[in-house]
Amino acid sequence: MKEQELIPHLFRTEYRNIVSVLCYRFGIEHIEIAEDIVSDTFLSATELWSFKGLPGNPTAWLYTVAKNKTKNHLKRNTLFDQKISTEVRQTTSELIEMEIDLSRKNISDSRLAMMFTVCHPSISADSQIALALNLLCGFGIQEIADAFLTNKEVVYKRINRAKEKLKADQIQIVQPSVAHISSHLETVLKTIYLLFSEGYYSISTHTVLRQDVCEEAMRLNQMLIENPTTSTPSAKALQALMYFHASRFPARIADNGDAILYHDQDQSLWNRDLIAKGTLLLNGAATGSQLSRYHMEAGIAYWHTQKEDTAEKWEAILDLYNMLLILEYSPIAALNRTYALGKVRGKQVAIDEAEKLQLIDNSFYYSLLGSLYTDINSAKALENYQSALKFSSSAADQKTILKHICKLKELGPDLSIP
Amino acid sequence: MNEFLLVIHRDLTSKDASPSPEQMQAAIKPFQDWIGGIAAQNKLVSPPTRWDAGGRVIKQNTVINDYDEAVEIAKGCPIIQWGAVVEVRMAVPTP
Repeated sequence: MKEQELIPHLFRTEYRNIVSVLCYRFGIEHIEIAEDIVSDTFLSATELWSFKGLPGNPTAWLYTVAKNKTKNHLKRNTLFDQKISTEVRQTTSELIEMEIDLSRKNISDSRLAMMFTVCHPSISADSQIALALNLLCGFGIQEIADAFLTNKEVVYKRINRAKEKLKADQIQIVQPSVAHISSHLETVLKTIYLLFSEGYYSISTHTVLRQDVCEEAMRLNQMLIENPTTSTPSAKALQALMYFHASRFPARIADNGDAILYHDQDQSLWNRDLIAKGTLLLNGAATGSQLSRYHMEAGIAYWHTQKEDTAEKWEAILDLYNMLLILEYSPIAALNRTYALGKVRGKQVAIDEAEKLQLIDNSFYYSLLGSLYTDINSAKALENYQSALKFSSSAADQKTILKHICKLKELGPDLSIP
Repeated sequence: MNEFLLVIHRDLTSKDASPSPEQMQAAIKPFQDWIGGIAAQNKLVSPPTRWDAGGRVIKQNTVINDYDEAVEIAKGCPIIQWGAVVEVRMAVPTP
């Protein structure tokens, strides 16, 4: 790897590692100092390496310099003297000997502990995502802003608010224990899934960045699966779910950045390897007594990796949506369930059920009705697609809805369109 | 929003009232779809549960506002066609 590529690459992977280890060692209240030390380390690297050439082992170099900078900081920091040094002196006689453990094992422990801190339920979902991308995935503020079509200031504010909150609430950075795994793991999984969804569904046209976000989400979850304490059936089901979605990544975006809908996708572009990995994980998740929403969603996503429409497929999808809704209601699940119902029991049954949903300000609700009324009542279909257009705020969705409207217009030329 | 309890009574004792295993099997799917449909309207308070058969009613309920809607939902229960009776009760709001 060339030097120009190496530093950004190391920044992405090692910045978060060192920051995690330092935070894990000294606590969340010193997070800014930890970040300063690591930034400073990278600055030294950039200066020195461009001048003297790359060291033999750049990562080891970064670790050594970060350790030294930390020790220097500790030596001269008065706050440290007052608050922490007494405690430290009890455990190690010599301050200078204090170990900052940048071993593989401790980096992985630190990152896992940090993950549970960042996903703490006391901070808002938006902030969790920004903070996770920044601290756990090594994304810069600008990258996060680009991925989510917002500006640097917004991201910066979100991250800072989250950090302040973690400090104010004195959230500990500790290894997840068996005792609190059930309550905390759920919020961690939720953040990871949010992170993935942000990457997957974001309207930003920055495809590479969005794919990176999804990959990072899968990588974080992989850490959970590799740790025996956190490797629960739900975590495995979530990973399977993400693999199934990610398998379509190459097929769902056209060269011009437009979204390609499921039915129009080139199936040969679907990543069979990821589908196989997901299937294996989902089978492995079928243990224990807890059926999570990720099990159901992964099951649904699995069936969508089978493009052929079979009775078995839609029966299974309808069943899974029924179970998902009983567990946790969401408008989008209700709409998808009704679509599946139409596939199994016919459009008329689905229309009756759809009209009970009354999601009257939801664009997808009208799109669903539009699709169900197509071939049954063109006027009704058109009317619903027009309502869908009215409530849609995404340009990509509007394009799709317009396509349906045009098709309907061709079928019934006497219908007037405003 | 008031909460309603739908109690499904099915005659399991008399000989001819019991559906065949095939009928039972055939009823499962529509039953799940029915519950799923209620959940899809975000009107499911808690999933179906089996209750102790020896329970007794200790309070008389009065009919108020959305009873009609609860009855309408109950009518959709596919088990009715196998001779079941669905009882609708509103939960008395706890003060």
